[in-house]
Amino acid sequence: MKRNNYNINSYISTTYVISQRRLTLIASLGVTIGIAIYIFMISLSSGVDRFSTASIFKNTSHIKIYKNEKISAPLIDNDGKNIGVIINPRIVPESDRIVNPLQLIDLLNRQTSVQSVSPQVSANVFYAAGKSQISGHIVSINEEADRMFNIGSTIVEGSMEDMHNTANGIIPGVGVAEKLNARLGDNISITSSRNVTKILKVVGLFSTKNQGTDDTKSYVNMPVAQQLLAEGPDYVSVINVNITDYDKAVSVARHFSFLTGYDAEDWITANESTVASEDMRALLFSAISFSILLVAGFGIYNILNMTIKQKIDEIAILKAMGFQGKDVIRIFVQQGLIIGLIGMLLGVILSSILIFLVSKVYIGGDIGFFPVVFEFSIFAEGLLFGLIITICAGYIPARKAANVDPVAILRK
Amino acid sequence: MPSEPVLQTDKIIKYFHEPVKFKVLDGISIAINRGEFVSLVGKSGSGKSTLLYVLSTMDTDYEGRLKIDGETITGQKQNSLATIRNEKIGFVFQFHYLLPEFTCLKNVMIPALRLGKYSYREIEEKAYHKLEILGMKEQALKLSSKLSGGQQQRVAIARALINDPLIIMGDEPTGNLDSKNTDIVFDIFRQLSQEEKQTILVVTHDNDFAQKSDRIIEMKDGGINMRL
Ligand SMILES: Nc1ncnc2c1ncn2[C@@H]1O[C@H](COP(=O)(O)OP(=O)(O)O)[C@@H](O)[C@H]1O
Ligand SMILES: [Mg+2]
Repeated sequence: MKRNNYNINSYISTTYVISQRRLTLIASLGVTIGIAIYIFMISLSSGVDRFSTASIFKNTSHIKIYKNEKISAPLIDNDGKNIGVIINPRIVPESDRIVNPLQLIDLLNRQTSVQSVSPQVSANVFYAAGKSQISGHIVSINEEADRMFNIGSTIVEGSMEDMHNTANGIIPGVGVAEKLNARLGDNISITSSRNVTKILKVVGLFSTKNQGTDDTKSYVNMPVAQQLLAEGPDYVSVINVNITDYDKAVSVARHFSFLTGYDAEDWITANESTVASEDMRALLFSAISFSILLVAGFGIYNILNMTIKQKIDEIAILKAMGFQGKDVIRIFVQQGLIIGLIGMLLGVILSSILIFLVSKVYIGGDIGFFPVVFEFSIFAEGLLFGLIITICAGYIPARKAANVDPVAILRK
Repeated sequence: MPSEPVLQTDKIIKYFHEPVKFKVLDGISIAINRGEFVSLVGKSGSGKSTLLYVLSTMDTDYEGRLKIDGETITGQKQNSLATIRNEKIGFVFQFHYLLPEFTCLKNVMIPALRLGKYSYREIEEKAYHKLEILGMKEQALKLSSKLSGGQQQRVAIARALINDPLIIMGDEPTGNLDSKNTDIVFDIFRQLSQEEKQTILVVTHDNDFAQKSDRIIEMKDGGINMRL
C-alpha cells in the first residue's frame, strides 16, 4: 500500500545527525579510536603470534615420533595389597630405538593428514678447538629436513648441494665456525659421547640470527650422525612429521601414538609455555581492545540519550501523528548507526596507517621488521564487534524513546 | 440511509489515580456527525483535554466505548491506533510542536510521508497547497524555528491537514494567537467543515469562537452540561 519508497525515518535521523554535527563528530571519533585500537592491537598480537609459531617450526616439526626410555617394571604385579616387592628400577638398555624405521616412515607417509616425514639422528658432541673443547650438538640433514625446517634459507656460505655431494661434510653455525676459526673448506674434528671422533670438512655455514643455535649446532649427513653414535644405517632417533593442519597436531599426535606404538609429541605440548604465553597475550590484547570498543559504544549511547531527552516533545508529536514505536526505534538506531559507521570507516583508515607504520619498524636480530599482520579477517572482526556495539548502544535509548507516552508530554 | 456519526462515545469513564483516585470523566456519551464544527467548552479542570486525548486514541486508559468512522477503537493495539491517527485524525495543540530543524514544508510533509499513500512529488505539491491555504506558502522553505508564533501555529495546522483527515482535533489551538490570527484559523475550520466535510472538534476558552461554531458541548466536573 506504500506508494513511495521515501523513508521518512531515515530522513529524520539524517537531519538529526547533520544538525548535531559537532556531537556526532565527537562520538564518531570515539568509535574511530576504539575500532582503530582494536584492529591494530589484534593485528600486532597475531603478527607476534605468527612469528613465534614460525620460529618454533624452524627447529620443531609439527609432530615428533620417538621411543621413550623405558623404566624396568617389577616382574610381579604390585597391587599394593599383600606382598612388598623390592624393585630396583633402571633404564632398560637399548630401549630408545625405533625398530624398522623405514616401515614406520612408509606407514606415516600413507596417512592423509601427513604432509612430509623426515627421519632424524641427533647427538651431543664436542668440537675440538686447539686444546680446549666446545660442547654442542649435531643434527642429521637430508632433503626432507631441509624442506621441513627451511634450512637452505639460513645458509650464508657454501651450499646444500655441496653437502649432498660431500659424504663427510659439515655445516656448522657461524658461531661454531668462528670459535673454531674454521672457514669454508677447512677440516674440523668432533667427538661424540660414545667417544667416536670424526674429521669433517666444512662445506657451508648457516646463520639463524639466534645466538644459542648458531654457537652450538651443526648439520651433518645422516650416516655421519649414525657413525658418531656407533649405530648402524637403520638407526633413527626421531621421526619428524609435518601435517597439513598444524592446529590439529594434538589430536593427530594422539592418533599416531596409537597407530605406531611409539611416543608422538605434538609441537603444542613440546612448547607448552610458549604457546600458553601466546594465548595469554592474545586474551589480554583482546580484553583491552574490547573494553576500548565498549567505551566508544558509551559515546554513542550518550549522544542518543541526550538527543532523546532534548527531543522528547518531537518524539511525542511524531507518535501523536501516527509514528509507531518501531519507527521511533528506527530513527534513533539509525542515528547511532550513522555515527558508528562514520567512526568505523575512519577507524579502518587509521588502523591501516598504524599497521603500515609499525610494519616499517626494524627490530633486527632474527625478527627483522616488526611482525604485524594485515589481514581482512581481523578488520572484519573489528567491524563486526563495532557494529554490534553500535546497534546495542543505539537500541537501548531508542527503546526508551519508543515507549514515550505522548499524552503525558503533550498535555503539559 | 442516515449516515453514521464520525465520532461516537458510549459512557466513557476515566479515573486518575495520582495523587488520589478521582473520576475525571463521568460517563461521557456523545456523537458528532460528519462535517460538524464542534466547540468543547467548560471551566478549567472540567476534563476537556482529558476527553480530547481519549477521543484522539492516544489515551487508552478508560472504560466505555469509542467508535471512529464506524470502527470500534476501544481495545485496539498501539500500532493500529497509530495508523488510525495517521490516516484519520489531524491534531493542533496550543503549542505548535513543529520540528525546529526541519523546514516548514518538510514539517507539513512528515505525516504524509509516514502514511506513504502518495508519491514524494504529490506530497510536496499537497504540502505547498496546504501552506497556501494558510497563507504560509512564502515561508515554506524556512526553518520552522525561524517563524513567529502565529506563523508557526498556521504551519502546525497545515501539517494537521496534510492527510485530509476525517476529524481535526484541537486543544485550544488559538490559545496563543491574537484576534486576527484567531479569525484566520476560525475561517479555515469553517471552510474545511463546509466545503471538505471534515469534522472539527476544538477545545476553546474563546466565547466568540465557540458561538460561531455549529455546536457547543459544555463540560462540567467530568460530565456534559445539558443546559444547552
Ligand atoms: N496526569 C494527571 N494526573 C492526575 N490528575 C490530572 C492529570 N491530568 C489532569 N488532571 C486533573 O484532571 C482534571 C481535568 O483536567 P483537564 O482535562 O486538563 O481539564 P481541562 O482541559 O478541562 O482544563 C483536572 O482537575 C486536572 O488537575
Ligand atoms: Mg486543557
